[in-house]
Amino acid sequence: MSRYFTEDHEWIDVEGDIATVGITEYAQEQLGDIVFVELPAEGARFEKGDDAAVVESVKAASDVYSPISGEVVEANGALEDEPALVNSDAEEDGWFFKLRVGDASELEGLMNEAAYKKFVASL
Amino acid sequence: MSGNDDIAHIEEELPLQDLPLDAWHRAKGARMVGFAGYHMPIQYEGIMAEHSWTREHAGLFDVSHMGQIAFSGEGVDEALEHLLPSDIKGLKPCRQRYSMLLDEEGGILDDLMVSRLDGAAFDGAPIYMVVNGATKYDDIGWMIERLPDEVVMNHMDEQALLALQGPEAGDALAALIPETADLIFMQSGPFTWRGVPLWISRSGYTGEDGFEISVPAADVTLLADALCALPQVKPIGLGARDSLRLEAGLPLYGHDLTPAVSTIGADLGFAIQKRRREEGGFIGHARVMKELADGPGAKRVGLKIEGRMPAREGASIYAGGMQVGEVTSGGFAPTVGAPIAMGWVSLPHSAIDTALEIEVRGKRIAATVAPMPFVPHRYRRKA
Repeated sequence: MSRYFTEDHEWIDVEGDIATVGITEYAQEQLGDIVFVELPAEGARFEKGDDAAVVESVKAASDVYSPISGEVVEANGALEDEPALVNSDAEEDGWFFKLRVGDASELEGLMNEAAYKKFVASL
Repeated sequence: MSGNDDIAHIEEELPLQDLPLDAWHRAKGARMVGFAGYHMPIQYEGIMAEHSWTREHAGLFDVSHMGQIAFSGEGVDEALEHLLPSDIKGLKPCRQRYSMLLDEEGGILDDLMVSRLDGAAFDGAPIYMVVNGATKYDDIGWMIERLPDEVVMNHMDEQALLALQGPEAGDALAALIPETADLIFMQSGPFTWRGVPLWISRSGYTGEDGFEISVPAADVTLLADALCALPQVKPIGLGARDSLRLEAGLPLYGHDLTPAVSTIGADLGFAIQKRRREEGGFIGHARVMKELADGPGAKRVGLKIEGRMPAREGASIYAGGMQVGEVTSGGFAPTVGAPIAMGWVSLPHSAIDTALEIEVRGKRIAATVAPMPFVPHRYRRKA
């Protein structure tokens, strides 16, 4: 399994043709207490960069973009009852949705963990 | 391009200023944001934790961005009664009142606190006013143009302002200054702590018991340290200040109140005492009287939101297919445990329990007009 990162602070785990998407530890820390997550419907199709989900902290709503093109195969229902899971476990149990990868070549432009760490350190 | 445009442009470009407690906030781990022209702490450990701490214990807020103004001179009461719709002549020493500045059309330019001082505080000036930070320079400009020459306005930008709020605020402040235990809500007075002169009122903007403390900027770090050394007190940021005041049903200037709205529609008629309504003689009186007689076109209301999705400022409010209003403040309410909002709704749809809908990202969510406050006020009204 490979993990990729975007400049919008999302992570993507790719296993076969399924990509799991969430927001990074850095992103949840910046957002603060998360009170609501709006997830995409199963079957929704996204182009790379489309608005795919919304994460709401006490203060503000933020868009989560689809980091690659694909079709939603599952959304993390646990976040509906417990949005704070994104705060407590952003990069594992706090995942947002799974995509069937539309175009694997789009992954090539994304960062690996070392590059993302460097990117965050530069902010 | 006009001269005014030039000034507006320059103001936008001005770098953010530091508050007297800037280094103190950073040392406490605050995340700083730009607000009202200053670097200000949005949060320390997190908005939810800070909100709950204030409801259960006592929170210390730095509100030094607000404008503190002393008024003195011949005829100051009469002059301020022209600018403010509230009873100033009847304001007793060491009493505070909520009031506002209105424009000629009765629109709200700012909301504020006004008190009558006592003794030597602030160089013996009789009247003290606290206005919002983002509007203070506009307020001062508005008032300078309308006050007679005999009345002197002193913008005391060398004074810091702290708010200590929460059910344990009384015990906490009494540990430093025992005499403050006798103050009741909207009462104020001069106090001394370690030789530092303080002006303290029992008031605030969270719905909880608490105090607002004017302290010389040179001494504010010492006082903030002494307060936060008490077991009841933690520093609280702007984020929780906003969620606390929203739950308390208190309007935020620039959002729930603007020059486009009126006192009566805003449900702030309590700030205009009977004599002032009857006698008038203040800017904006005609609008107040018209709306008292005919009703306002729209009202500021509280909204309970169904489900978990917050409705935020700018969201449209509908009754069936018709837009009847707009959300002016909204978010998740930690003490309520659900999203709440404040908004302006046209009069026929503003009654308590009216079922409405709010559009959020293209979806309609159910909302009900609800009484405010959402969380009961716990002011200390009797000694």
